[in-house]
Amino acid sequence: MRPGGSMLGHVLRHLLLIAGLVIMLAPFVWMVSTSLKPPNEIFSTKLSLLPNTWAAAENYTKAFTKVPLLRYLLNGVIVTGGIFLLQLMVSLPAAYALAKLRFRGRDILFTMVLIGLMIPAQAPAIPRYVMLYEAGLLDSYAALILPFVFSAFGIFLMRQFFKTVPDDLMHAARIDGLGEFEILWRIMLPLAMPAMLAFGVISIVSHWNDFFWPLIVIQTGDLATPPLGTLFFRNEEAGSDFGPLMAGTVVITAPLVLLFLAAQRRFIEGVTLSGMKG
Amino acid sequence: MTTQYIQDATPAERRAAQALVSPAWLMFVVLLAGPTLAVFVLSLTDWQLGAPTMNFIGLGNYAQLFTDRVFWKSFGNTAVYCLVVVPGSVFLGLGLALLIEGATFGRAFYRAAYFLPVTSTLIAMAVVWEFLLHPSVGLINVVLEQIGIQGGDWLKNPGRALFTLAGIGIWQSAGLNMVLFMAGLKSIPADLYEAAEIDGAASAWERFRCVTWPMLGPATLFVTVVSGIRSFQVFDTVEVLTKGGPNKSTEVLLYTMYTEAFNFFRTGYGAAITVVFLVVVLALTLLQVKAGEKRTHYG
Repeated sequence: MRPGGSMLGHVLRHLLLIAGLVIMLAPFVWMVSTSLKPPNEIFSTKLSLLPNTWAAAENYTKAFTKVPLLRYLLNGVIVTGGIFLLQLMVSLPAAYALAKLRFRGRDILFTMVLIGLMIPAQAPAIPRYVMLYEAGLLDSYAALILPFVFSAFGIFLMRQFFKTVPDDLMHAARIDGLGEFEILWRIMLPLAMPAMLAFGVISIVSHWNDFFWPLIVIQTGDLATPPLGTLFFRNEEAGSDFGPLMAGTVVITAPLVLLFLAAQRRFIEGVTLSGMKG
Repeated sequence: MTTQYIQDATPAERRAAQALVSPAWLMFVVLLAGPTLAVFVLSLTDWQLGAPTMNFIGLGNYAQLFTDRVFWKSFGNTAVYCLVVVPGSVFLGLGLALLIEGATFGRAFYRAAYFLPVTSTLIAMAVVWEFLLHPSVGLINVVLEQIGIQGGDWLKNPGRALFTLAGIGIWQSAGLNMVLFMAGLKSIPADLYEAAEIDGAASAWERFRCVTWPMLGPATLFVTVVSGIRSFQVFDTVEVLTKGGPNKSTEVLLYTMYTEAFNFFRTGYGAAITVVFLVVVLALTLLQVKAGEKRTHYG
């Protein structure tokens, strides 16, 4: 595509895009706006973006005291961080071997990775739940983290990346007397940073936002991830005290939105790459 | 041929490789392959979680499933949801991609802004939508009232609730389709447009009809299938906003699976629903692979 067209065309184009934006962003804008208002203004049918009397302090204080919002966010960091770290520990060595080494079973493993890419996360849910139940691990961080340690997407992405690294680099390292583990650790790992970041974006976004699995395995409020915590908060409020509730959703959505705004390009590239793989 | 490259490797290389892939093999078997195969086995049993006995009942669960009105309702609702969300979000995504890529300034801004709903935590935004859709104080009905329309109840009206959820689905996924289309648009060579112009395609519409649309065909197929797979997995908004109601009007496949397996602990029956779900997703995925292959021919 190339830019072009008449002056009128340009104006119409931007008018249309801005009108669309108003609709797309309305939920975010109204969420923030409501989180600043006192109840009488929330229940008024007179529309206004900014409150007459500011109630931000009350709403946010109430949100933080009613439910452990910071705890939810911390849980989100622990769970997504734990998942990503373990995924890397499993994926990186396997991806390197699949890309660069010759060994028995290589083709089978790669086929399994490709099959793994096709299986939606909800398919193995019931047996995973039974396994955690038998192991007495339900309602724990382990239940939130362990099922996702194997990432077909992570192995696939890293393997594709390692394929692009020239073989000469490894040959030189081997002549210098480095073993395969050292080559992976000291040469490949630093090179793989961009691919790891792309994988990190996808892994963290999808597990931070995941709701299905935490809903199934977590009962204790203190272990709730941000989405599950949001639901606990909503149920607590019985959907009537909108000011604090919207303040809570602002706090819950803020980390990913800020991360996205800070690293848009990488986000969009990463997500495009995966077709938003769960 | 396949073993030749293995023989070329030194024993040290082979040993190191086996050590490097062993964690991945172990995790694959324990966490993915084992559980996925176990779903098929469980679907042939009458097991309920915690029950001491388990009997093989053959295809009994499937027989029950196919005579269960709730299951068919659920399957139908999921299909309707997809049939609304897929065209809605694909056309919206395409329109946005064309409008934004053709703009002379502000492209990065528009792209980021329209993409925002894709990365935001859907559960939190569902709670916001619940407030926006509130029958008396929600923004949507208040705005509608100012132009003289009675909005009514969006989530408790059985004829409307599923479409309300589909609207949220379109809102959430249009930005993703937009960036996928942008990637497709970038791969169309600029000289094709020049050639079309020389051949007399003067208007923007002509250029779209003769160049953009045919060249984008494979990408469109790919985006459509990806959207189909995603919307077939609808669950979050149903659980938060309607719980399958009112009157089962928003009961969808994953939600039925969730309630059977994890609320009623009818494990075998839930597994059978999972198998149906998995079969549909895999069929769509194979379509995606085919679409992906075509796409690379053009890309």
